[in-house]
Amino acid sequence: MSFDVAQIREDFPILHQEVHGKPLAYLDNAATAQKPRQVIDALARFYERDNGAVHRAVHALGARSTEAYEGARATVARSLGATDPREVVFVRGTTEAINLVAAAWGRSRVASGDELVITEMEHHSNIVPWQLLCDAVGARLRVVPVNDRGELLLEELDAILGAGTRLVAVTHVSNVLGTLNPVREIVERAHAAGALVLVDGAQGVPHMPVDVRELGCDFYAFSGHKVFAPTGIGALWARREILEELGPWQGGGGMIASVSFEKTTWAGVPERFEAGSPNTGGAVGLAAALEYLEAAGPGAVERHERALVEYAEPALRAIPGLRLIGEPADRASVLSFVMDGIHAHDLGTILDREGVAVRAGHHCAQPLMERYGVPATVRASFALYNTREDVDALVAGLHAAREIFGA
Amino acid sequence: MSDLRELYQTTILDHNRNPRNARRPVDSTCEARGDNPLCGDQVTLYATVEDGTIRDVGFEGSGCAISTAAASLMTERVKGMSVEEFVKLFDRYHELVTAPHGVETHASELGKLAVFEGVREFPMRVKCATLAWHTLRSALAGGDTVTTE
Repeated sequence: MSFDVAQIREDFPILHQEVHGKPLAYLDNAATAQKPRQVIDALARFYERDNGAVHRAVHALGARSTEAYEGARATVARSLGATDPREVVFVRGTTEAINLVAAAWGRSRVASGDELVITEMEHHSNIVPWQLLCDAVGARLRVVPVNDRGELLLEELDAILGAGTRLVAVTHVSNVLGTLNPVREIVERAHAAGALVLVDGAQGVPHMPVDVRELGCDFYAFSGHKVFAPTGIGALWARREILEELGPWQGGGGMIASVSFEKTTWAGVPERFEAGSPNTGGAVGLAAALEYLEAAGPGAVERHERALVEYAEPALRAIPGLRLIGEPADRASVLSFVMDGIHAHDLGTILDREGVAVRAGHHCAQPLMERYGVPATVRASFALYNTREDVDALVAGLHAAREIFGA
Repeated sequence: MSDLRELYQTTILDHNRNPRNARRPVDSTCEARGDNPLCGDQVTLYATVEDGTIRDVGFEGSGCAISTAAASLMTERVKGMSVEEFVKLFDRYHELVTAPHGVETHASELGKLAVFEGVREFPMRVKCATLAWHTLRSALAGGDTVTTE
């Protein structure tokens, strides 16, 4: 079946509204994406029929909830190309997934003098947890720079990698530049140096087929809310053999085998990493969202969004005074730019009045903003439901901004 | 587009393009830095205070049109004022940009600062209009940094 954006849009009730009297053009998908009817209905169905305590209640609702929760885990695994659902840990989102790895793996496997490698284009959530880890254990954080086009300098990675490197943490797709990073190549180089690789997939899963086996990475993290599921749910995929070796990172109910005041033993994988009552409804919503994406076809979604980027790029470039930030050869779904004489924040306000929702700011990537010498950018980010009309509204809004500012 | 014109008035655009007092007074006696972590705006306010009077005031930083013009127009206005008068003016100004729609403000008493009345229709921009004011108040009170969060 061919990809039909009009039909996709029918599935997203929120898109069919006016904002400040203009049709909504939602281009802030890298921040959070909208939810299809299928996800909203799955949540309603779960809370109307099935909600019960997971993994403990003997009654029917408990059994149904447990089945739904574990079924969702299997769906996440399948959507990432993983064969074993036990490799999937439910978390609040990408941020929590990375903090989990920094705590459970980092505190036990990284020692004083070791090195962790990140890149200049990371989101704060793939910087700060590693800084905290480095401070705690006395390790050193190294940073792979980007070139002016917004691509990673892999030769610099080679120079940084060494016997002391424990981990390379890299984003799959830059949330500011849209750069699609060569994860396979990075994994090969890191593994050759004996380091593990964590991929921040927050901007990956919503926009393209993801296969963790093909990527070869050791950890892959993503957020539900950016992939058309509710907020407060996400997943960490990690190789089973790594998870099996790790101790817990949070204590509580659900993550133990037995507890006594003398000795407590841990549950197996992945329960060991899921202390407390889980976000069952969120997991159900996440599974529904991933099934929705699977039906739309991640490959078709990727082609649709690439076509939008290719349509938007020259249109934006034609606006006098507009400068795109980063022009990577391999770009996915994100365009950042600045305009002469008009601050990103003012552009954001003016675009909003034109019905166009974008992000204006530093996008939780202050080191990258510093690299390009800009305090803030405007970011337009696409999802499977966006159209050329959305791009046209963006371009018209930018012309309106020039008019207001007399630029 | 009319409320946008209301927000981006000629005076605001002028002070954005040509900010007044965008400098550090050589003899400044106090300073503070203000950050708006939401959008990355940052401003440093400097003031020269003698006998409870703001003899000179200036600012440095980078920000949007609203925050730049707010800093510029504020410094123009408060030079020569006593610290007490500034604090009173701060309250009036704050009321101007935050009063709910339909609620009376004292815009007419605020002179040029009345151009910021349009901000109250844009709740997301109140922090832009008040960053420099909070920062100067902090500087005068002996603080060193403020954030709008």
